[in-house]
Amino acid sequence: MGNHNNFIMEFERPLLELERQIKEIKIFAAEKDIDMSEEISRLEQKKEALREKIYRELTPWQKVQIARHPKRPTFLEFVEMIFSDFLELHGDRLYRDDPAMVGGLAYLEGIPVTVVGQQKGRDTKENIYRNFGMPHPEGYRKALRLMKQAAKFKRPIISMIDVVGAYPGIEAEERGQGEAVARSIMEMAALETPIIVVITGEGGSGGALGIGVGDRILMLEHAYYSVISPEGCASILWKDASKAPQAVEALRVTAEDLMKFQVIDEIIPEPLGGAHRDPNKTAEAIKEALLRNLTSLMEIPPERLKEERYNKYRKIGIFNE
Amino acid sequence: MRCADKMWKDLFKAKPRYVTVKHPRETGLRPEQAERKELPDGLWVKCGSCRQIIYHKDLESHLKVCPKCGYHMRLTAGERIAQLFDAGSVEEFDSGLTSRNPLSFPDYDQKLQNAREKTGLNEGVITGTATVEGNPCTFAVMDFGFMGGSMGSVVGEKVSRAFEYAAEHHRPIVVVSAGGGGARMQEGILSLMQMAKTCQALNRLHAQGILYISVLTDPTMGGVFASFASLGDVVIAEPGALIGFAGPRVIQQTIRQTLPPGFQRAEFLLEHGIIDLIVNRKKLRETVAYLLRFHRKEGGTVRG
Repeated sequence: MGNHNNFIMEFERPLLELERQIKEIKIFAAEKDIDMSEEISRLEQKKEALREKIYRELTPWQKVQIARHPKRPTFLEFVEMIFSDFLELHGDRLYRDDPAMVGGLAYLEGIPVTVVGQQKGRDTKENIYRNFGMPHPEGYRKALRLMKQAAKFKRPIISMIDVVGAYPGIEAEERGQGEAVARSIMEMAALETPIIVVITGEGGSGGALGIGVGDRILMLEHAYYSVISPEGCASILWKDASKAPQAVEALRVTAEDLMKFQVIDEIIPEPLGGAHRDPNKTAEAIKEALLRNLTSLMEIPPERLKEERYNKYRKIGIFNE
Repeated sequence: MRCADKMWKDLFKAKPRYVTVKHPRETGLRPEQAERKELPDGLWVKCGSCRQIIYHKDLESHLKVCPKCGYHMRLTAGERIAQLFDAGSVEEFDSGLTSRNPLSFPDYDQKLQNAREKTGLNEGVITGTATVEGNPCTFAVMDFGFMGGSMGSVVGEKVSRAFEYAAEHHRPIVVVSAGGGGARMQEGILSLMQMAKTCQALNRLHAQGILYISVLTDPTMGGVFASFASLGDVVIAEPGALIGFAGPRVIQQTIRQTLPPGFQRAEFLLEHGIIDLIVNRKKLRETVAYLLRFHRKEGGTVRG
């Protein structure tokens, strides 16, 4: 875990300060053997009120920090909590198995489904193995292979997105990163089976959209989804990556913004303090949303489903005619 | 004396009779559009690659390819259309579509205004129908001069409509990409979604059995390359064109290594199997015509 346990989000500092005070009082009370429970409960209440206030007024940049929190549940952790009997399937059949993209078979409350998603690591060692969850072309090709397999068996697809971006590297370009992402986008558009997409953390541009075309797009409350990384945008606009907080305001990347642009269909609420504070509760909320949406999608004939998916994306865009 | 003075003065102070066209490789990782200078009558142009000084009319007759070294300078959408399609055959679609500023993104309105003034276009792509050596096609031609050929709502909409038209009218489509800017940042997530919108229209086109020729020109990057541009039945690139998913600067910052020479150039993509062929601009028209003719339903065979 290393320093992940000590990871601090700046905007939570006042909370941590209160927590420290409470701890000190508790120690003091124990040492001196005096009853300070009233004082402690007053501070606890103050802390919870403060937490509520902070989380009610989160700025987009603070949301990005929550979405990037090292303890935010990863794809495989969500799979463990939401599905049963997950069987991972590997490889793109062309080059290699990409550990940054994971996929396989699972049951969602008894319904057989295919699940795919980017996988970040939980510590430095795993992050190196998982390439920080940034897939190479073979990752997108594996995901597409598994999704086409799902369509063959008329099995719904659940795609979970948490990626800073498709990997920008020499080998990725050599093996056709652009083509791999593009083909996956194009083919997902016409798969004859229900597809539900959940953006759980970071929705990093083409690397997210590469497994992100579907009938229902759900998004966790503090996830973000953007055409470009806030840092990338800031360095282009102001030649200064440290202006990412301003860039993220301009880019309109929060779940609320995306609802307004009709890019997503539903916001899944997170526990107070973010998904990492209560992964089980988060998973429960995702599971409920998945089941509800899947039940209605499974009633639509595949041909009509495809048509509706087409119309959904066909409408996106704002311009003067 | 006076005469000599004047000579010296002329030598040092007179305006140069040519403009210098910097080769992209000299201008850093992301080439500025150095070659896109106005070429008024009487000007000479210096090739950025071999430094040959070329009379601008010669350059025009060589389709803006350096007659000495073969370096391909960037074209405007108008120049490309004039070179590629039969004179008088072009009918444009949707020329009135214009962008809004849906995110109220800082300076976007001004940037659009500047781009319109600079290019004389309403947006970064021209779509329509035309013929190439008498072979009918639908087309979309991007203009790098319009905000780097980036794709926002209008570009996505026009390209999608062109694919839909091609599918509906069984008329093959030629798309000339020059999308160095990828998905247009100023329209945020709406730009990203144009990748899905264009790709799904393309999927229908493929399912209908309609030919799609994708021509990649310098530069084609990011969200343009990672959507319709890389999905042609035949993918052609111009020599030396910069083509890729991630920008070279981003890659360099990520891996902290020097990029190999020729990285992300057309020749690199051909070597790695990402594109079908590289075609010199002088041969582009006949190659596109060949492909259109080859795929014509009524004439599968070549007759003497």
